[in-house]
Amino acid sequence: MLRIEVGSTFEVKPLKINSYSSEQTQLLGSHLGKLAQKGDVFLLMGDLGAGKTCLTQGITQGLGSKEQALSPSFVIVRQYHGRLPLYHIDLYRLDHIAEIVNLGLDEYLYNGGVCVVEWPERGLQLLPENNLLIKISYVPEDETKRIIHLEPKGEHYSELIRQLEPVLDKDRAWN
Amino acid sequence: MVGKSSSIKILGIETSCDESAAAIVENGNRILSNIVASQIDIHAQYGGIVPEIASRQHLLTIIPVLNKAMAEAKVTWQEITGIAVTFGPGLAGSLLVGVNTAKAIALAEQLPLAGVNHLEAHIYANWLKKEQPPQFPCLCLIVSGGHSDLVLMKNHGQFKKLGRTRDDAAGEAFDKAARILGLAYPGGPAIEEAAQYGTPSLLLPRAWLSGTHDFSFSGLKTALWHYAQRGGNLATASSVANAAASFQYAVVDVLVTKTIEAAKELEVKQILLSGGVAANKLLTQRFLNSSSLPVLVPPPHLCTDNAAMVAACGYHHFQAHKTNNYELDVVPDLTLG
Repeated sequence: MLRIEVGSTFEVKPLKINSYSSEQTQLLGSHLGKLAQKGDVFLLMGDLGAGKTCLTQGITQGLGSKEQALSPSFVIVRQYHGRLPLYHIDLYRLDHIAEIVNLGLDEYLYNGGVCVVEWPERGLQLLPENNLLIKISYVPEDETKRIIHLEPKGEHYSELIRQLEPVLDKDRAWN
Repeated sequence: MVGKSSSIKILGIETSCDESAAAIVENGNRILSNIVASQIDIHAQYGGIVPEIASRQHLLTIIPVLNKAMAEAKVTWQEITGIAVTFGPGLAGSLLVGVNTAKAIALAEQLPLAGVNHLEAHIYANWLKKEQPPQFPCLCLIVSGGHSDLVLMKNHGQFKKLGRTRDDAAGEAFDKAARILGLAYPGGPAIEEAAQYGTPSLLLPRAWLSGTHDFSFSGLKTALWHYAQRGGNLATASSVANAAASFQYAVVDVLVTKTIEAAKELEVKQILLSGGVAANKLLTQRFLNSSSLPVLVPPPHLCTDNAAMVAACGYHHFQAHKTNNYELDVVPDLTLG
């Protein structure tokens, strides 16, 4: 598993959130979508069915898009149109770094939009060092519960987490 | 149409996803050639690793594929009436290779150009190799790795989207289930193969989404994941076969039931299947057994991505004088209806 080294004193601690339903996961996504800025990169880790697409559906809504985000696993990239363009990228199907290079990842990463990258483990060296890592995990005893870790890397994403915390506090849905 | 003769030969080009493909189709239904890159030994030709996905592979393969399509059809450029090319949906870089190749040939050979929607092209696979064309209005179920769309087709070029998947496409669901069960990629054929030796003994949930024509397969996938994680019986080949059969049965059940319901509601004349998942034998069998309406299914090699369907679709664009100029651009998120 990827370890995020906390290299800067400005960085905040990873945030841990419990979600008890797909609606709560989506709500968290929509908060992230509202706070997202041009060029933001969110890396999304989690097992099959953990809720990666579900969280991205929320991010899409938070960015003000009426579109329904779908799984990008087969098509590799799906694009949505909110106040900023959202590129939902899935590296799972790419076996070689060369394939990811050929995908033209940079054109999505540095195109003035927001990128959500699933299975980032497959191409970490090609992704920006500063990012928000989101890990969604199952809880063995509860089929609908998920634990979501938000780990900011770099000051920009630490600030995003600082802005997110009071929003979550206001949310009664969150414990 | 501006006729060179009564034989109208369209060159189709398809590069929207994994496959570079070119085909020549006569009068919208007769395949003169239909070449998909994987049929040519590109690896031997270029040596080394050729990335399976993305534009570089298309760049390497498109010209050999085109040459082979022209040679097999035994046609010259003078005999070609027009060029049809997929301009979306798909990966931008991949689509660009096809569209720019088509534009370059159109310019060099002074041929008309038609940009074709990949989803519309899938539907037109049902026109190929047929004396009797499908009858309107018809209901089209497009099921593939990237799509699960239910579309009403009232006439050529007249589409109304009724529903689509809200999360995973049907083909994608098969891929993910195969991964959970430790089966091969692509998951569709792997699940189908394993399911042959099993029975659908595992009760998996179906998302009916009543009152809509939408589909959802992510809950089914997650249910299978939980079954596997909770130490569900997957230790033997026969238990994997049963799980594969159960998964396949659940996907097919929802697709068939919801499509037939919609067909009755809309009083269509026929149901047209297309896309890679339409090659699944249980799906077609269940449709043929359950539907009182005729169900049309292309042969498996025309269900998966190919350029003959693009040429067949392009033929009808040219018939309707729907052509594009050299400003035709790719639309990665193109939808239908």
